[in-house]
Amino acid sequence: MPLESPTLPVLLAEFPFEWNYIRSIIVVSLYVSITAVVLSTLVSIPVALLVGFTDFHGKTLVTSIINTGMGFPSVVVGLLVLFTVSNEGPLGSWDLVFTTEAMIMSQFVLAAPVITGVSLAAVSSVEQNVRDAAFAMGGTRTDVALVTIKEARYGIATAVLAGFGRAISEVGSVLIVGGNIASADGTSVTRTLTTAIQLEARQGRFETAMILGTILVVLVLIVNAIVVRLGNGGGGRYG
Amino acid sequence: MTIQRRQFVAAVGGVAAAGLAGCTAAEGDDDAPEISGETLTLTTTTSTYDTGLLDELNAPFQDRFGVTVDTVSQGTGAAIETGRSGDSDVVMVHARSQEDEFMEEGYAINRRDLMFNDFVIIGDADDPAGIGGGDDAIEAFQAIAESESTFVSRGDNSGTHTQEREIWDEAGLGADDFGEWYQEAGQGMGEVITQTGQSGGYTLSDRGTYLSMITETDLEIHVEGPVEDGPEILSNPYGIFAINPDVHEHVNYDLAMAYIGFLTSLEGQRIIEEYTVEGEQLFFPEALSEDPNFAQYVPEDWTGGESDD
Repeated sequence: MPLESPTLPVLLAEFPFEWNYIRSIIVVSLYVSITAVVLSTLVSIPVALLVGFTDFHGKTLVTSIINTGMGFPSVVVGLLVLFTVSNEGPLGSWDLVFTTEAMIMSQFVLAAPVITGVSLAAVSSVEQNVRDAAFAMGGTRTDVALVTIKEARYGIATAVLAGFGRAISEVGSVLIVGGNIASADGTSVTRTLTTAIQLEARQGRFETAMILGTILVVLVLIVNAIVVRLGNGGGGRYG
Repeated sequence: MTIQRRQFVAAVGGVAAAGLAGCTAAEGDDDAPEISGETLTLTTTTSTYDTGLLDELNAPFQDRFGVTVDTVSQGTGAAIETGRSGDSDVVMVHARSQEDEFMEEGYAINRRDLMFNDFVIIGDADDPAGIGGGDDAIEAFQAIAESESTFVSRGDNSGTHTQEREIWDEAGLGADDFGEWYQEAGQGMGEVITQTGQSGGYTLSDRGTYLSMITETDLEIHVEGPVEDGPEILSNPYGIFAINPDVHEHVNYDLAMAYIGFLTSLEGQRIIEEYTVEGEQLFFPEALSEDPNFAQYVPEDWTGGESDD
């Protein structure tokens, strides 16, 4: 193990030898977070549309539950998911503990309220007369929903990004349910960038931790750029 | 009770399996085992993981048997709890009292002594409590308390924390005597060493983790353990055991026993002996001995399963 006082050039020179390790950590991080965010989005957007469109008894309550969920502590989510997937929990027979699936579950629970909450705000802010106009032109409920989504797409993109940010930068719950496992051949099984940073910091290798941190920030920037670009596709902001 | 008998039979069978696994490991890999392709979940302490030893042990084991070892490093307390709920197949820790309790409860079987190293009292080079060069850990702790020098405790129910509490006990000091100078970090050894370095205080560390961080810390060893002829209270033995498949049906018992067999085999013990960091040997193999120590298989003071629960 390289243990001499790590200066940045030395570390960078050593990194190519661990490239498989770094790459596998990035792959696991992205796989877990993107899967969780896609699943959350599939659930959250319909919920946001449903809550946003309809007036019903207890709407305020539902909204405040969603908003509370946005700030729910991730380590608590990790514990709850651990109890669920642990051998003695309700899903014990599925053998999910210390797997990426369990990590996806916890990140889903973390990201879904964020995506729902922010989308709900975006959908609600689409002016009523846009929807009325869509109805007046003979649109079905689906048409109205599509128009609203189109109008609210920047808000929804922001929601997805916020959910992704929460998922990929989260360390507490993935550490608890994933176990921070790397295999002996030096590739990640359930190790993410955040848990790897935690491990490096624990061992006092702050420079390596910092490099991993930089990679994490760059990844988040890249994903944000891609989503913003997708949002702009199809002919500009008012297209 | 039939359960007791079943446990006994399982224990005997397990020891035999461990012996066989050891033989297989020693002879070579012409006998393709049925465990190939399976995954073993090991929970262990941060000290074995952070020193890098497990990578050295797991790679040849995985190659030989065509299996995967998933290592989850936690504190000893957490590693045992994870085993208790059946979420790991094999557990490697260093807190004999907790291991004994776990065995008595029937969760752990086929415990083997694996290796040992020692604890050291490390601290600021200035040594404000003046404990440097002493060879009595208890006196050193008393001096730290008297001078109210900062002491950073793991505070996480790990093996090191368990040992630290035992030394405080022996020193006749307890929670009531601790002032602001006593800090519970609630974190792994590496974090505690870093934190101790920042606060210029003392802590109890296993020698392995300290050596693996020697380039990242300014802390020095003030009291040595038995590896350098220090007091016995600083000895740090590691044990390994399988989770009882009678309690948790689905655990991968065969693979767990193969793993225990490999680690306690000539080859495994040699890897442990030859593993060095910065030229220093971190762990000392203990499984192979001219004088068999039967106490390793059963809890100390075991009465033959006559406990009333």
